[in-house]
Amino acid sequence: MNTNMLDYQSKSLLQRLNWQDWLYAIILVAGSIFAYTKYAKYMDIYETGFLFGAMVLFSYLGWQWKSLGKLVLGVGLVSLFSISLYHGDQARATQVFLLKFLISSQSAIMWMNVLFVLAMTTYWFALYKRSVFAGSVATALTWSAALMGFVGLMVRWYESYLIAPDVGHIPISNLYEVFILFCLITALLYLHYEQRFNTKQLGGFVLLVVNAAVGFILWYTFDRHANNIQPLVPALQSYWMKIHVPANFVGYGSFSLAAMVASAYLLASKNVLVSRLPALDVLDDLMYKAIAVGFAFFTIATILGAMWAAEAWGGYWSWDPKETWALIVWLNYAAWLHLRMVKGLRGPVLAWWALIGLIVTTFAFLGVNMFLSGLHSYGTL
Amino acid sequence: MRFAVSLLTVLGIASIIGTVLKQNEPYENYIIKFGQFWFNFFETLGLYDVYHTGWFLVILLFLVLSTSLCIYRNSPLMIREWRAFKEHVTEKSLNAFSHQVTFKSSASLENTKQQLGLFLQAKGFKYKVRKHNDGSELIAAKAGTHQRLGYIFTHVAMVVILFGGLLDGNLPFKVQEMLGLKRIETLDIPESKVPAISRLSTSNPSFRANMTLPEGTSDNVAFVRVRDGYLVQELPFRVALKDFRIEHYATGQPKSFESDIVITDPELKAPITKTISVNHPLTYKGIAIYQSDFQDGGTKLNFKVWNLLSTDLQPQTLNGAIFQKGSLGNGADALTVEYNDFRKFNIINLSPDGRGKPHNVGPNVTYKLRDAQGQAKEYVNYMQPLQIDGKHYFLAGMRETVQEDFRYLRIPVDDDLTLNGFMRFRATMLDASKYPEIAHRMASTAIPNNKNAAVNKQFEDSVQQLMRTFAQGGYNQLAKVIEKNVPENDRVVAAQTYIKMIHLAAFEAYNMSLVANKKPELVNNADTQALVQDSLNAFSDMFFYGTPYFLQLDQFEHKQASGLQLTKSPGEKWVYLGSILLVLGIFSMMYIRERRIWLLLNPDGQQVHFAMSSNRKNLDFEQEFNLYREQLKGLLA
Ligand code: HEM
Repeated sequence: MNTNMLDYQSKSLLQRLNWQDWLYAIILVAGSIFAYTKYAKYMDIYETGFLFGAMVLFSYLGWQWKSLGKLVLGVGLVSLFSISLYHGDQARATQVFLLKFLISSQSAIMWMNVLFVLAMTTYWFALYKRSVFAGSVATALTWSAALMGFVGLMVRWYESYLIAPDVGHIPISNLYEVFILFCLITALLYLHYEQRFNTKQLGGFVLLVVNAAVGFILWYTFDRHANNIQPLVPALQSYWMKIHVPANFVGYGSFSLAAMVASAYLLASKNVLVSRLPALDVLDDLMYKAIAVGFAFFTIATILGAMWAAEAWGGYWSWDPKETWALIVWLNYAAWLHLRMVKGLRGPVLAWWALIGLIVTTFAFLGVNMFLSGLHSYGTL
Repeated sequence: MRFAVSLLTVLGIASIIGTVLKQNEPYENYIIKFGQFWFNFFETLGLYDVYHTGWFLVILLFLVLSTSLCIYRNSPLMIREWRAFKEHVTEKSLNAFSHQVTFKSSASLENTKQQLGLFLQAKGFKYKVRKHNDGSELIAAKAGTHQRLGYIFTHVAMVVILFGGLLDGNLPFKVQEMLGLKRIETLDIPESKVPAISRLSTSNPSFRANMTLPEGTSDNVAFVRVRDGYLVQELPFRVALKDFRIEHYATGQPKSFESDIVITDPELKAPITKTISVNHPLTYKGIAIYQSDFQDGGTKLNFKVWNLLSTDLQPQTLNGAIFQKGSLGNGADALTVEYNDFRKFNIINLSPDGRGKPHNVGPNVTYKLRDAQGQAKEYVNYMQPLQIDGKHYFLAGMRETVQEDFRYLRIPVDDDLTLNGFMRFRATMLDASKYPEIAHRMASTAIPNNKNAAVNKQFEDSVQQLMRTFAQGGYNQLAKVIEKNVPENDRVVAAQTYIKMIHLAAFEAYNMSLVANKKPELVNNADTQALVQDSLNAFSDMFFYGTPYFLQLDQFEHKQASGLQLTKSPGEKWVYLGSILLVLGIFSMMYIRERRIWLLLNPDGQQVHFAMSSNRKNLDFEQEFNLYREQLKGLLA
């Protein structure tokens, strides 16, 4: 009866940190200060804010999710190494062996593509064979793909400044670049849930949508040469882009994840693969969580977009097709959440809805750029 | 709720229509696209400006009302839930819980109560204890009830945002229009002539208006586009444009648009001078001034005018300026020239497969030639030659209606990269007095050793005849003649022969034009053959150019105009306030989980009834319940 109550108290975040966590944070602080001293002249006050904001954010995320911390360090290290091989000369991307075949931005992105394909195949194999080992391999492949993809983006960022200082910009400014971002964010969201729910069975499903994006990237690269770095049109030269776009893609990524989980749910509820997939209530919970995260981030992204529009176009809301479709996507998921929360609806209806939601989302993401015209100038096919 | 959902659905569908049907286009475009009947029908529905129609605003209004009503009805409950501990539950109702368990305990009531209190505190629960008459005690605990505030925040946010949006919408104008107090102006008349009924005063609380300022001018009104007309918005200050600049990247794409503007206002001691650019507006007196676009501001132009269908070798000169008019020719054939647009930079991708890099091909000018009947054709001419498939051409486009694409006359450049070579060639080809010599030169190269004068004469006559035909209408005329005079079976052969002959004749004509200008003759090789062929093609296409006048842009004095957007949006603050509420609300609704625990202690403390509930039953809750059950079991054992 004299139990110590501290046993029952869940420890606060700071209490849980060990020396590795602190070391990680110190590395991030040092890296940010280094980046600041080196690149301050290219940054305005907001961007300086974002740099240190990102430092805090990634420290926190890395503390909460250790694997992500490792990824952050890995991306930092490999990117710095790659950049050091350039000697400030873009031509070396195709001359130096390591750059040409591994870690120039273009090669790293190609490796990401390859690794995502391998990861998906392995996940399906693991599901089919019920192989724990294959599952672990698939997870490792997905992490590697994420590593290569982020390295590719970081190095691309650097390369854009090599073309000309005024061309330099963060690589989230056109369809090609945001598709890479989409693959990476969706994969990371998946990996997070994979760890939290301790299940590898959904990897094959989620990587389906990632690999669809990979297919698009490949087509876009080889058929349209969209991988060439283009300078930014005036409307995109804004610090807002650095927060609006990532927030949007956390939203898109989560909605896609939810849709893929929904497809697994629908299969399992029809007794397909049911013995291999997680229980229905787990799938349902995961679907809800993904949509909740997506909804929150999509809300933030839309608000940020409105604030940016107020600065660039002269009004926070112009009923531009992209804006309007963002609203439609948002209303769609608001309705989904209402049905679940207010009416207590569960089961296949919501799963179907989440799956169809992906079509709406894809249209907002891609279809608007393809079929409709408007003020959003970052990407036409 | 059901009503709100239906409204949202209609809103969604209307929004989709608005994205699929391009909004706010000139009305002629819609007429052409849909035909008169559907055009009228869609116009009645307001589909060309869906988001500003009355019915759309009414839906938004109802949404505000319905959501407000929802808040009004649900908030008291939410607030009660937020504050209440629910310490009045009975043993019986605890038994009905899906998550409950009874523990045995050996400690005293006081001791158990204290332990449980500490446990709840450690888990972050707040609690209240209530003694029952029979001596038993109930601990009622809650955590995460702020989630309930999330509901209020989210929904109040919706109302606040929509309210802000309505403030910035054109509701006041709509009402005034309905009452007949305001009317849009649809005629293209000078601003000063626009009547008061189509003017909005400086006290108009919200607007989004445009203003085009040529460099070196100033203005104190802006225009609000409404449907197929406009309103004049008066401004409480004057804006002047000192300079407008476009900067380019090395690749030629635009890098920045900047306007140096000066604001003067009697209330200001000194004028405000500021450079605005995309993403960097200026706000004065609650009116934000944005760089939105740019156009020509009346560039002065000097042309050389060639009469393509005459044998003139010298061009006339013509001076004009964008947005002004000039005239060409005289009498019944006189044409009005309307100078419409000048662009100094044109970034075009000229690679045949469209994959190469776009680059700047230099200035072009767009103008219309209107005849006495009012019929106009539109022309676009590039000042510098463009490189196509490795060769350089002057491009001159023509179209008869705006729906068509331009069809281009491609004039090959001469050795000096000018038009002159072609113009002399053209004059020679048209000049019948030159035909005998052309025919003679041709005969001496084609049949050099022929001594038979009759054959020679016959050959030369047929060349001259061919030249005359060609000079009347190029290949097209040739085809007509063949069709008329040659039996069907022989036409292909005849055409081939004529084409070969006209090419040879053209080669000689080109050389003659060179000689006349004291230049060396062409050496016969693939390049010169191609040059002659391109010249012939251009000559033949000339007859489809729709006018004999070819305006070659010679010089220009660039003057630009900056397109500014001026907005006043009192609702913006509300929208941002609502946005903050929305984010707070959504996060608290989704990431704060409301949970309640009841612990009913028997009078002797020997038995503890533990029950737990949440308004959202999901996996997290199951796990938490299981954890607490085990921990409490250990604690009480
Ligand atoms: C303007 C349109 C509306 C929007 C965008 C909206 C948005 C939301 C959102 C995002 C949620 C959160 C779902 C969650 O808990 O994860 C929610 C919950 C809810 N909404 Fe709405 N809502 C709207 C209108 C309404 C209306 C008109 C009602 C009136 C009946 C209503 C009643 C509720 C209720 C009862 C909840 C659940 C609260 C809870 O149990 O925590 N909503 N709404």
